[in-house]
Amino acid sequence: MHTLSIAEMAEGLRAKKFSSVELTDAFLARIAKFDKQLNAYVTVTADQARAEAKKADQRRTKGEDGPLLGIPIAQKDIFCTRGVKTSCGSKMLDNFIAPYDATTVAKFNQAGAVMLGKTNMDEFAMGSSNETSFYGPVRNPWNTKTVPGGSSGGSAAVVAARLAPAATGTDTGGSIRQPAALVGITGLKPTYGRVSRYGMIAFASSLDQGGPMAPSAEDAAILLRAMAGFDPLDSTSMDKAVPDYAAQLSASIKGLKIGLPKEYFGEGLDGAVAKVIGEAIEQLKKLGATVHEISLPNTGLAVPTYYVIAPAECSSNLSRFDGVRFGYRCKDPKDLHDLYKRSRGEGFGAEVKRRIMIGTYALSAGYYDAYYLKAQQLRRLIKNDFDEAFKKVDVIAGPTSPSVAFNLGEKTADPVTMYLSDIYTIAVNLAGVPALSMPAGFANKLPVGLQLIGNFFDEGRLLNVAHQYQLATDWHRRIPAEFA
Amino acid sequence: MSLSRDQVTKIAHLARLDIAEADVAKYQSELSNILTMVEQMSAVDTKGVDPMPHPFDLGQRLREDEVTESNQRESFQAIAPQVEAGLYLVPKVIE
Repeated sequence: MHTLSIAEMAEGLRAKKFSSVELTDAFLARIAKFDKQLNAYVTVTADQARAEAKKADQRRTKGEDGPLLGIPIAQKDIFCTRGVKTSCGSKMLDNFIAPYDATTVAKFNQAGAVMLGKTNMDEFAMGSSNETSFYGPVRNPWNTKTVPGGSSGGSAAVVAARLAPAATGTDTGGSIRQPAALVGITGLKPTYGRVSRYGMIAFASSLDQGGPMAPSAEDAAILLRAMAGFDPLDSTSMDKAVPDYAAQLSASIKGLKIGLPKEYFGEGLDGAVAKVIGEAIEQLKKLGATVHEISLPNTGLAVPTYYVIAPAECSSNLSRFDGVRFGYRCKDPKDLHDLYKRSRGEGFGAEVKRRIMIGTYALSAGYYDAYYLKAQQLRRLIKNDFDEAFKKVDVIAGPTSPSVAFNLGEKTADPVTMYLSDIYTIAVNLAGVPALSMPAGFANKLPVGLQLIGNFFDEGRLLNVAHQYQLATDWHRRIPAEFA
Repeated sequence: MSLSRDQVTKIAHLARLDIAEADVAKYQSELSNILTMVEQMSAVDTKGVDPMPHPFDLGQRLREDEVTESNQRESFQAIAPQVEAGLYLVPKVIE
């Protein structure tokens, strides 16, 4: 059952070939069998999942139907789930039972999806390898000595090993796309404002965006339809109708103009990855697309700009963790100051502390203009690059990550080296445009992801291009042998 | 760009983070490396460029001034580290 697509699962439920309870049990059994090797779930909500599955079966018996009714999914542990631990990968929230549901969670509940559990992640979504999690690293199902990417590494691993049909992720600088690339699945970061951020624990509020992670673009389209839409509870949510993404998948891509940014194919790109990306682009040409060289001249500024804006916003957002109202509190605080400093010092891991300190510095008196304001000006230039590009082409294509999955521990010694692994994904968040990563082949026996970047609110087109590619290829169907 | 030991201690204080004395040197070198990378920004002339705080140049959305939240004190305080009689407890601030 675990190799079926979401549409096929829904068809099976409709035809009474199996029930949601049976489907859910099949995935719970796979989790029990395989997750020890991956460490991809922080919490498995088995009893709750069976109860939700039973409810979904009853809804179906009563004549209800829907593309996600009775379909099991996993939630990244950054989305608040009422009554269930929501840790955000941090000791700070190890004891946090969310008192409410994130809008994304509520929407999946309404649609009748069944939550299997909460997935491991880099602490507060800060990391590119899932090694900053308080719960230990997640392993890549294709080679358990390598990382699954991050920060949505748990979600990526459970989908790649089919320990869930699909999962949610969040993407602030590449946290959906880079792990999707490193484990060989499809992951989409929607346009900023497309998916509600309510109840999604904030890292950098002007960049954070939730999105789907699934084997195929077809599955991702079904998830995105359920997640997207205006939410009055999110002040930056966009009031814009949600198209039927699944209905747009079948359009031909004949005549589609694809831009290849020369900055994404230069120094730093692994040769074996470049070769796979080249072949994927040839395939898109065979399907009728035309290819044009373009330039995104400010690409090199994206990482420095991001490492001012994201830490600045994080230092402000994470000030809410004070040891007073919820979360971790240190033992025997001497006074209020000691309570704040030790609760935060003991509750946060090293990467989170680094980013809080960088942000605090960048926002401190006398430095604001040189750092935060300057970064916001560069952000405008980076966005202008995309605006110019989309005057000439329909979508932009390139590698998602400069290399395949790296070894655990390989990049933890130097934060800056880790930061540079997000060089192709970060500009997208700064600009606010949507982008997806899809499996395009293998290099050194590890998956390679092709990134497709679209104009604002053009998610439907990205999914369409990916689906047409996936009709002609089978990379998205590959499952690591150990987890078959 | 390199930060002094004192600067690191001051930043940690501003951020209300307790940093062990033994870790200060490590943070000093890591934060300095990050700031050196960030310094590439200064090579670009941004005179006259409008700062971009948000992908859409929109103002705050307004709504009617009416009560939309219900009182959930009990469920919120159920997860607090220390409460008494509906109040959050912290160490004594005023003698």
